Amino acid sequence: MNIKPLPMRDVFLEKIWNEMSVDSLIFFVSADFGSPVLDKIREDFPDRFINVGIAEQNLINISAGLAIEGYKVFAYAIAPFITMRCFEQIRVSLALLSEVRPMNVNLIGVGAGYSYVVSGPTHQCYEDITIMRALPNFQVLSPADHITTSFLFNSCVAANGLRYLRLDAQVQPAVYLLKPPVISDGFHVHNKSNSVCLIATGFMVHTAFKIEKEMSSNGIKLGVIDIFNITNFSKKNLKKILSQYSAIVTLEEGFRGRGGLDSMLFEFISESKLDLKTLSIGVDPGYSFELGSRDELHEKVGIGVQSSLKKIQPFVQTVMNKIKE
Amino acid sequence: MQEITAKELNYLRRKALWVWKETLAIHRRAPETRLASSLSVIEIFVALYYGGGLKFNALDPLDENRDRCIISKGHGSICMYPILADLGFFPLEELNNVCKTGGFLGGIPDPVIPGYETVNGSLGHGLGVATGIALALKTKKSDSDVFVVTGDGELHEGANWEAIMFASHHKLDNLNLIVDNNNISMLDHTDNIISHSGLVDRLTSFGWSCVEVDGHDIVAVQKEILEQKNTANKKPKAIIAKTLKGHGVPGLENASLSHIMNPKPELIDELLENLIDNLLEKK
Repeated sequence: MNIKPLPMRDVFLEKIWNEMSVDSLIFFVSADFGSPVLDKIREDFPDRFINVGIAEQNLINISAGLAIEGYKVFAYAIAPFITMRCFEQIRVSLALLSEVRPMNVNLIGVGAGYSYVVSGPTHQCYEDITIMRALPNFQVLSPADHITTSFLFNSCVAANGLRYLRLDAQVQPAVYLLKPPVISDGFHVHNKSNSVCLIATGFMVHTAFKIEKEMSSNGIKLGVIDIFNITNFSKKNLKKILSQYSAIVTLEEGFRGRGGLDSMLFEFISESKLDLKTLSIGVDPGYSFELGSRDELHEKVGIGVQSSLKKIQPFVQTVMNKIKE
Repeated sequence: MQEITAKELNYLRRKALWVWKETLAIHRRAPETRLASSLSVIEIFVALYYGGGLKFNALDPLDENRDRCIISKGHGSICMYPILADLGFFPLEELNNVCKTGGFLGGIPDPVIPGYETVNGSLGHGLGVATGIALALKTKKSDSDVFVVTGDGELHEGANWEAIMFASHHKLDNLNLIVDNNNISMLDHTDNIISHSGLVDRLTSFGWSCVEVDGHDIVAVQKEILEQKNTANKKPKAIIAKTLKGHGVPGLENASLSHIMNPKPELIDELLENLIDNLLEKK
């Protein structure tokens, strides 16, 4: 595994290139979206690399047609476009059709959350977890680093299925250098405590680590869980772990209270009959045209380290007081 | 190309008439079905399925060697039910269970029906998926062709034109589009919505091989299907079949609101009793 952090996208594309060399059933379909590593795929597999142009509806339709004929398809575009521009094509010819026609289609969306920092709200993506998790038969995968991304690729080629993989467009620090993520669980426990657990996905896993460190320096221990399979995680194992806590804080780079990670976990808690207090850290619903660094933007919309701490500190205090009672 | 014999012609006409009658009978039993758009496309499907244009295997509907037939105009294909039953895809008795609990023949056909390849009914999806299938078959070096039947109203969906551009760029001459050009959408004639006049020129300018035929002239339709199928010219093919929505039913035929009109049961009974012979004569 690479020690130096790498772009998730390039790690994934490199693995696709390797697999295409040995598996002639893999097709790579792009909606005019690239990467230096993609050039290799384009040059070495001209018959199985297709650029449909700036046409996401056709990207999905072509992928569906290839897939029902037995090809394993990787469809590639910018995250908001590959999910929202062509949502009905995804619903009808992938999610619905897969009920009767087995298929393997992997939608690779680059640019989760605010990762296209200066491109503004058209290219940023705060709704994808919500809308993609609404579809039965789809797995929503949301890695925090290039190592998780690499492991998730293996599951994409291992079996038929429909997957949406949301990748960060920026290089993120490696999380799993020493120990691989527990892919079969769909989540990975990093820090343990017995009071409050931070549950984060994608970029926000790194934010959760910073919050944990800050709180820890003040003598308060928090648990941290990275959840990278939003739809198909082990409910049994997560229930077992969360039953040791009094509260959870969800952290996502998407709208708060709009059906994303927070809603998924709150539904899970209710369904699992877990007695947990909850706090949701997510983007204040609304669109902003302000410019700034990713950290600055995060502070403005309420998901930066400092703005999150402002909400988390009093929440943790209340929980601790309750425990003492 | 060999000319069709009088015997073959008689066979096709009799099949078309039988399908027309069965379609009316299905609608009489299940008024939730869309009748008018299923009547304009009968000769097209009969030519495909009985005229030797389409390779299929009723006993193994997903046989690798079949031609793929994508029926994009989902609701407007109730006439496919008697055809598929007659050819042995499922028992004829199922025609009594259309839209009934426990049956599998719905108001809009689903791919649980043997013989249906993809999800349709939501319009404008068939051509794009068919194009992906055509690309897959080319890559596999398969001899099979892909047929896709759309309405003209659904060509207002932009995704079709993404596929139309794609198919000619990739020289998919195994892709055969047949447009049931009945000129009527749900609320009005397409000329009053967004006109499709000049469709042949439009598709030709997009790099397709395109011809127009009388969609109720079963010989003409069958001839074009066979001719296009046997032409390897590195161009996707299209047949614009000029048809009448509600064909053969007085009051329904070519009425601007025919898509959502249900003829009175008595009229259907009368048609089924008396008009069959006349129609056969007319043809």
